[in-house]
Amino acid sequence: MTETVDVPSRVPPLVLITGPESLLAERALASILDELRVTTPDLEVVRLHPATYEPGALAAHTAPSLFGGDKAIVVHDLDEAPEELQQDLLSYLAAPLEPGVTLVVGHKSGQRGKKVLDTLKKSRARILEAPLVKSDRDKSDFATHEFRAARRRVTPEAVAALVDAVGKDLRELAAACQQLVADTTGVIDDKTVERYHGGKVEATGFRVADAALAGDTGEALRLVRHAIATGLDPVPIVAVLAQQLRQLVRVGGAGRGRSADIARELGMAPWQVDRARRALGGWTSDALGRCIQAVAAADFEVKGGGRDPVYAVERVLLTITRERHAG
Amino acid sequence: MSVWRDVIGQDAAIATLRRAVEDPAAMTHAWLFTGPPGSGRSVAARAFAAALQCPQGGCGECRECRTALDGSHADVDVIATEGLSIKVDLARDLVQLAALRPSVGRWRIIVIEDADRLTAYSEAPANALLKALEEPTPRTIWILCAPSLEDVMITIRSRSRHLRLRTPPLEAVAELLHRRDGVDEGMAMYAARAAQSHVGLARRLARDEGARIRRRDITRLPTLIRGVPEAVAAAADLAKLAEEETGAASAERDSAERQRLLEVLGADPAARTQPSHIRSQLAALEKDQKGRATRQARDVLDRSLLDLLSVYRDALVLHTGAPIGLVNQDSAALVQELARAMTPEQLLAAMDAIGTARERIGVNVTPLLALEAMAISLRLPR
Ligand SMILES: [Zn+2]
Repeated sequence: MTETVDVPSRVPPLVLITGPESLLAERALASILDELRVTTPDLEVVRLHPATYEPGALAAHTAPSLFGGDKAIVVHDLDEAPEELQQDLLSYLAAPLEPGVTLVVGHKSGQRGKKVLDTLKKSRARILEAPLVKSDRDKSDFATHEFRAARRRVTPEAVAALVDAVGKDLRELAAACQQLVADTTGVIDDKTVERYHGGKVEATGFRVADAALAGDTGEALRLVRHAIATGLDPVPIVAVLAQQLRQLVRVGGAGRGRSADIARELGMAPWQVDRARRALGGWTSDALGRCIQAVAAADFEVKGGGRDPVYAVERVLLTITRERHAG
Repeated sequence: MSVWRDVIGQDAAIATLRRAVEDPAAMTHAWLFTGPPGSGRSVAARAFAAALQCPQGGCGECRECRTALDGSHADVDVIATEGLSIKVDLARDLVQLAALRPSVGRWRIIVIEDADRLTAYSEAPANALLKALEEPTPRTIWILCAPSLEDVMITIRSRSRHLRLRTPPLEAVAELLHRRDGVDEGMAMYAARAAQSHVGLARRLARDEGARIRRRDITRLPTLIRGVPEAVAAAADLAKLAEEETGAASAERDSAERQRLLEVLGADPAARTQPSHIRSQLAALEKDQKGRATRQARDVLDRSLLDLLSVYRDALVLHTGAPIGLVNQDSAALVQELARAMTPEQLLAAMDAIGTARERIGVNVTPLLALEAMAISLRLPR
């Protein structure tokens, strides 16, 4: 009995969530609030935004009240905070902290609010990071972590296929991971991903690009005709061709060295570097350059500049396979 | 003092507008101001609006003049769109507004800064407007602005009087920056030249060191592109420079708008998933934000390409020996290096490649891809 009354929350009275990735920042905030609610189910949450902040509001919310229970005060976007809000935060931090109040401050990036940041750090705030998840390498790490957190085993190929298929948007990637966790059992491999996301345009685009870059005219044309016959738009297929050629040029230009090092340098995942290296055989950089120019012309045509988008895609595939054989 | 003070290098146009203010017979209810970006279309439109409202025909000092110039006059509405298109709803609202009599001023004046965006996706907004132009209200004046006549639907063109603005001379732009913005004379001249007389750009270059650094980074690219890998890297740099210029500010604004919307809807911003009615509102907001970002990014990128183009043009000027001042006089060594490396034919081909990229980006080709294809054509001859 006494235990449940007196056990203090393990969340310290000051929390800082720093970094620009909004999905991660939202999750960090949700986890803090969840943690607080373990000991205080009726926790009152007050949210303060720079755009609507009234000077003095922080002091009003943190002032002890007769009937008030525990509170979490969430200050969003310190990096956009007006001077008054920063001053109010500094005054709050300068005085002895109010018991029963947890102050959570979010800061995306930049210099604004730096003094508050420094003071929070000095006051030993718990710091939760929300770094940008931008490169394919970051995304692979993110997806791997999602599965690990759900105690599911996943093969690297499955992660690669998933990032290929839905990696453009982090929220979509997160949702896809959750869906696979919820809908499947056992080890998640590339077959599983294929089953769920194989119909995705990107996945088809990748198979077309692989065939074209390998010089396999027949397979590339067969795949693209099938894709278009089943209603796929040529636009994303062209986009994937461009992306793959770009990776080949960048990996080819990076020279020798360990895949892991080059991956870090180029912001790619190591498996992408390995895949590009395998595909580079038979290619010169000039030939790749001519292919990129042909793909740009095709992109113009499939977006309305040409009369026949399907023909534009087929022609660019022929250009690519011809350049491969000439090289 | 006069409302025309900041309308620089446009003597002929100003004379026409003054006559219209003084002589009712020379006045008409719809005007179409055209001129290249940066020539001061919207400045001229506001000055004209002020002159029309002012009891003295544009003294520049009275309340009517000041409020018309700074956009706070009750009877002067300035429509500046941030998206790629002006929506039909907005056009209909304007038509209703135009039917009202002026509340305090002598005229009701509606300025549309980007009339070319009336027909971006469909002709519906322009058609909605057409009705108001066909049946003018006695005290309502429309001032439409666009880069060129071709950017405006022919039916609108034929119902308005055309006024052409020209690119102001460098000296006039520099003088304006010095007088109005307190920029020192050397910097004002550099900025006017580098911005090729685009007043707004020149002002930014003069006042923002980051903009000057980004511009220098762009002018340095031509001599760096040796092979395909360098070309692909240069394209990525160009895209990144444009992104930097567009990005930071709009990201902050986007997330603030999202927060505000969630607040208004009473939703929990930390919730992992939002209920469907909130999701659809968020989706609509995101669509608007995307439209705005697309336009900004496209404009910024196009300006970068004009900067790049100016380096090749300067190199060509050196070849021909024409006594024309260089746009990139501050980077003369780079221009000379480029002129040595490429023949006039090669320089012309490079300029064509840049033109092609601008066109392609204008019709929605993926910018990075268009830039890569361009940069590959810009490789220095071996
Ligand atoms: Zn006046």
